[in-house]
Amino acid sequence: MVKLLEDIIIVDLSQFLSGPSAALRLADMGAQVIKIERPDTGDICRHLYVSDVIIEGESSIFHAINRNKQSYAADLKKDTDLQKVKQILQRADVLLHNFRPGVMERLGLDYDTVKALNPQIVYAEITGFGSEGPWKDLPGQDLLLQAASGLTWLSNSQSENPTPMGVAVVDILAGTHIAQGILACLYRRTITGEGGLVQVSMLESILDFQFEVLTCFYNDGGALPVRSAVNGGHAYIAAPYGIYATKDGHLALAMGDILILGILLTCPQLLIFEDSAQWFSRRDEIKQILANHLVIKSTAEWLAILEPADIWCAKVLDYQLLMHETGYQELNMELVVKTSKGVAVTTTRCPIRVDGEILVSEKGAPLLGEHNAEIDQQFNIIDTKELHPIDSF
Amino acid sequence: MMQLPLKGLLVLEFSQYLSGPSAGLRLADLGARVIKIERPKTGDACRKLSIKNLWADENNSLLFHTINRNKESFTANLKDPQDLKLVLKLIAKADVVTHNFRPGIMEKTGLGYGDVIKINPKLIYAEISGYGKKGPWKNKPGQDLLLQAMTGLAYTTGNANDAPMPFGLSIADYMAGGQLVQGILAALIRRQKTGKGALIEISLMESLLDFQFELLTTYYSSGKGLNRSQVSNGNPLLGAPYGIYQTATGYIAIAMMDIQVLATVIGSKQLEQFSQSDTFVKRDEIKRLLGNHLLQASSIHWLEMLQHHGLWAMEVNDWHEMTQKEAYQVLQMEQTLQVNNKSFTTTRCPIRIDGKRIFSSKPAPELGEHQLQIQRDLINQ
Repeated sequence: MVKLLEDIIIVDLSQFLSGPSAALRLADMGAQVIKIERPDTGDICRHLYVSDVIIEGESSIFHAINRNKQSYAADLKKDTDLQKVKQILQRADVLLHNFRPGVMERLGLDYDTVKALNPQIVYAEITGFGSEGPWKDLPGQDLLLQAASGLTWLSNSQSENPTPMGVAVVDILAGTHIAQGILACLYRRTITGEGGLVQVSMLESILDFQFEVLTCFYNDGGALPVRSAVNGGHAYIAAPYGIYATKDGHLALAMGDILILGILLTCPQLLIFEDSAQWFSRRDEIKQILANHLVIKSTAEWLAILEPADIWCAKVLDYQLLMHETGYQELNMELVVKTSKGVAVTTTRCPIRVDGEILVSEKGAPLLGEHNAEIDQQFNIIDTKELHPIDSF
Repeated sequence: MMQLPLKGLLVLEFSQYLSGPSAGLRLADLGARVIKIERPKTGDACRKLSIKNLWADENNSLLFHTINRNKESFTANLKDPQDLKLVLKLIAKADVVTHNFRPGIMEKTGLGYGDVIKINPKLIYAEISGYGKKGPWKNKPGQDLLLQAMTGLAYTTGNANDAPMPFGLSIADYMAGGQLVQGILAALIRRQKTGKGALIEISLMESLLDFQFELLTTYYSSGKGLNRSQVSNGNPLLGAPYGIYQTATGYIAIAMMDIQVLATVIGSKQLEQFSQSDTFVKRDEIKRLLGNHLLQASSIHWLEMLQHHGLWAMEVNDWHEMTQKEAYQVLQMEQTLQVNNKSFTTTRCPIRIDGKRIFSSKPAPELGEHQLQIQRDLINQ
């Protein structure tokens, strides 16, 4: 299998989703990822039943995020364990963490200390709100960031409450950005020989996600987004953009010419909107006409008219329907991994193809501390306890 | 002085609109020299695509500047053999090529991966398609909303009785751009070691499925479709109280927490009758009761109580409210672009390197603005 990141060692102290999703991507591209976890509890995500679906005593989500990684149990508050982790860090390429500001300093694993230990290391950290300012100690939790950043005023229709996006988008984007920064610094290291510090906050990440519409806000006198009153799709895009009910399901219509739609759909009421500026200024009227008209026929009937005319449209699928589509099956997106106890878990693979190949690894999520012995051996870790046989647990 | 990590890299961007160009923007901000290869006369179609009719100058929308700042522009008609020759000379010197044409277009032009690695075997060739290169959807337009509709994503947002609801931003484009950057950079790291180039492929569809990996893994395991809550849906996987609630003065967000603790902190007798195990099965009932209770007092009142007890709650801001907060201002997320004599504000790169924010005031290029310089630097050499 192709391994772009062969021989790269990532020491991952992060928990939940943001950091671990970045480490997952790096693992899929060939890096060795060592999760450093607290003995007894481990990554809180193991037991935080954020979904009611449990696999092998742990949440389905933990398995999805942490496949293809190793687990090394260590209590960073105990000096013997801290020393072991420092020995690993001496030979690691990347350290990743998502503790709140100040925690790594208290543990004695702040950037300066780790850099002194290993000047070539890329030290990467994710915070919720940055490490300065009045919000720095607030919990970096996905929904709270969506709420704080204005994001919840972009989805849904005008009269509705602010609406969060129903996926942990802030965590995933912070993970994407930290992975980009880590890889960029690893590249630089091949030129300069030096490591680096990479920092991402969830707040900056979710602002970046809004960069197009925020730029609009900054420059148009501070006008707030106005969601459309009918079939809200995107606050800044004209009719017909949105999802519409049909006789038997739903149809998505993206940007398109209202007059052409009027003719294709045999909907003469649309033909009065001759000035394309009205497609934005009177979008609610237009969308209401479309909504009333599209329920008359089935999704398939509409698609049979619209698709040959190259109109941007699609049938709206839920997971069940999606799985039956050849277009989905051909992607080979599902991946079955096995835990060391032999439990098989179906999840998705890395979305990146390299040299024409998909990247797949059968390795499931590790048990807590599963790889301690293996890693001790790999890094020739000398247990200071052995030097003091009188000390006991 | 910090050295930007991608200093010295040359990227040729044949991409248009958002997915590919957002990847180019990130590479540019991290230090690469990014040259847009554009059609004469029209260029990237995004130049003429405006939101709210905002224009940076007479030829280019503000949207185009937002996505394409910090880049250069070189025009070439890829159907003209003379121009194609120039482009091939550029490719011979490039480190990375990106494109987001529909499958087959670059091959027809003679710029497919198989063609160009013959002249530059160390090249990283990165492409974004809508739905992959085979299968019944391969020629369907790779437009963001359509991908949201087809991947099940529209069933994650809004409440149970709402129609399927899209995200109000181009999530598929944005994610694909983000993934492409990761693939490109990882391939560059391999190239430094082995001297080998690479082909990196992403589709909007695979990016958006990956984006839903937690939900899909849960679905594969349970066989149960997504189930949005009837009120205050925040995330279909999560139990009560996770969501946004109206108060007497506005809205607040409440994330995961122990239901008993919540009941005590906000003084709700009705919520005290529920235990943690009820938070999935009685999700709608709990959320309704909580919603009614929170209407009785102001956002500030509830937030002080909840945050004082270490519970995960937050104000819901619009951009006016957000931009006035000190917590926003200390980030220094805004930067200024000079376009001729006018200045525009946009956001900067969200990644900090070596403790420094990355700013760039360079606006997007005029179509063909760097023609002569690129000829001189890279073609005539």
